[in-house]
Amino acid sequence: MAAVMRLVNRSTLSSVMGQHYAAFSSSAKLTAAGVNAGHTLPDKVKIVEVGPRDGLQNEKTIVPTEAKINLIDMLSESGLPVIEATSFVSPKWVPQMADQVEVMKGISRKPGVSYPVLTPNLKGFQAAVKAGAAEVAIFGAASELFSKKNINCSVDESLQRFDEVMKAAKEAGVPVRGYVSCVVGCPYEGKVAPEKVAHVAKRLYSMGCYEISLGDTIGVGTPGSITAMLEAVSKEVPVSALAVHCHDTYGQALANILVALQMGISVIDSSVAGLGGCPYAQGASGNVATEDVVYMLHGLGIQTGVDLSKLMDAGAFICRTLNRKTSSKVAQATCKL
Amino acid sequence: MFEITCPGASHAKVTADFSVFTILTSGISPFYPEFVKIVEVGPRDGLQNEKEIVPTGVKIQLIDMLSGTGLSVIEATSFVSSKWVPQMADHTDVLRGIQRAPHVRYPVLTPNLQGFQDAVAAGATEVAVFGSASETFSKKNINCSIDESMLRFEEVINTAKERQIPVRGYVSCALGCPHEGDIKPSTVAKVAKRLYEMGCYEISLADTIGVGTPGSMLKMLQGVKKEVPINALAVHCHDTYGQALPNILTALQMGVCVVDSAVAGLGGCPYAQGSSGNVSTEDVLYMLHGMGIETGVNLPKVIEAGYFICNALCRNTNSKVAQAKSRTL
Repeated sequence: MAAVMRLVNRSTLSSVMGQHYAAFSSSAKLTAAGVNAGHTLPDKVKIVEVGPRDGLQNEKTIVPTEAKINLIDMLSESGLPVIEATSFVSPKWVPQMADQVEVMKGISRKPGVSYPVLTPNLKGFQAAVKAGAAEVAIFGAASELFSKKNINCSVDESLQRFDEVMKAAKEAGVPVRGYVSCVVGCPYEGKVAPEKVAHVAKRLYSMGCYEISLGDTIGVGTPGSITAMLEAVSKEVPVSALAVHCHDTYGQALANILVALQMGISVIDSSVAGLGGCPYAQGASGNVATEDVVYMLHGLGIQTGVDLSKLMDAGAFICRTLNRKTSSKVAQATCKL
Repeated sequence: MFEITCPGASHAKVTADFSVFTILTSGISPFYPEFVKIVEVGPRDGLQNEKEIVPTGVKIQLIDMLSGTGLSVIEATSFVSSKWVPQMADHTDVLRGIQRAPHVRYPVLTPNLQGFQDAVAAGATEVAVFGSASETFSKKNINCSIDESMLRFEEVINTAKERQIPVRGYVSCALGCPHEGDIKPSTVAKVAKRLYEMGCYEISLADTIGVGTPGSMLKMLQGVKKEVPINALAVHCHDTYGQALPNILTALQMGVCVVDSAVAGLGGCPYAQGSSGNVSTEDVLYMLHGMGIETGVNLPKVIEAGYFICNALCRNTNSKVAQAKSRTL
């Protein structure tokens, strides 16, 4: 390794969001001949497509059920292994997801593809299973204020609710995915301590979630804060059970995903055409676009199983339906040529 | 604990914590430069691809606003023929009109000796020349082969040396060409080496059509750094496919510490069909500062300069940071 090394005296890693990445000694820097860049990347990455759920739930236009079903069917054809189909939250809170049962019953399930749905509580879980759900997801927050404002209870209370869901899911043999939102920043609290994220992630994992998706809900994370957060979480949850769910509000999503990959993460959430965000986080917009993620992964030689042009077709379809432009740069560039 | 003798700092023996090697071999916590120099190309690379001709007064005001942000290099204009790039027809007036901040340099593009002489007459104290890693692009962009362009640049560089004017070199299509497709890292390395050996103090490697990914960026830099020292390299990433920031991150991990960007993500290349959008300076700064990397640049002031030029152009900013900030204002 042709590395030129000078003094590096690693001091304490600051966990302050958005500020110092690593307080390395200012007297030197390390040039590591590309040993990190691309050296330990996974061969395969699983993309969890959240467009039909996280994407659409933040679109103001209510999308007809037929269009949702068509979108999911097109996404199924593109090779995506996981497509989050809908959410069994109360339609009072998320009107876009009011047709949850019709969507679940209407989609053509491709063999080998999972169609998880969000279930905030036992009632939602029961309704989901009745509608044919074979996998569910629950979501906690790393921020108390966000939890209260988003799902009307504290983090601990939400975890208790999820306990009920977990028990029922275990009995029914239904796998559960756990989300942690606000993993680097909260629109109400500001900075979020990595230890808090690790605590919530560990709880969900110990309760029985097979995978924990760490969400940068308002997109404020950078490779600095994302790394600090992942370092803390990976002490409590095996890296093979972690996923990242990056929002591109500040344009940082792909850079954040890259560092996550370098840390061994091999599950990435994204949303076709970069749809959506969170209606409860002011100013938040835009999941990272699946097309842009796939472009990067394929450029890195990482397999995803996804056919990019079919994916773009699905993106073009939903944008036409919503009468909006795609947020995917790859889709924009491809249309121009 | 172990000791390492640094070839570059022979006056001091240094020690490194064992954890450094553990981190290195595991690939976690890559090391980054402590300081990154941003080369602001908005007034040149940005504006030259905006269809609307921007009044000279607006260009001057933009540069003056940028001069107050902490940026240390602002590419002011281009002494190419106004026949080819009408936006830059007022190059002399711009260079004469700007208020030069003492700590800031204002390089200008000079494609040939004539352009160089005009630039110097107008007060230029630093220039830039641009070669291409693609023959087809070179022919279509500046009407000559790579070798022919190098001869032209040699004239410029030799004359610049006599006048002690530093010259920066660009290599376009470093990660792909709109006409030729993939470009070999060895070809990029060859052109970069030529420019460096002729006397360019820095070589900016440009992903002109933004097709690069961290994969191709890594390979290209591995090739180029065999021929040109890493601290003489810069990356100039376009965000056409949304890959600019991860590409820049990869470059930083390779030891590059000079990054080109354009305020508000203006511009592209008029000769590369479909290309649009330099990476925006605001988004680059947000990432670097978030990583604890210093730049000396004040992000809110850059955002302000971005809003100014976008208003003048009647267009939205391409910077996500600027968009997010305006939504939360």
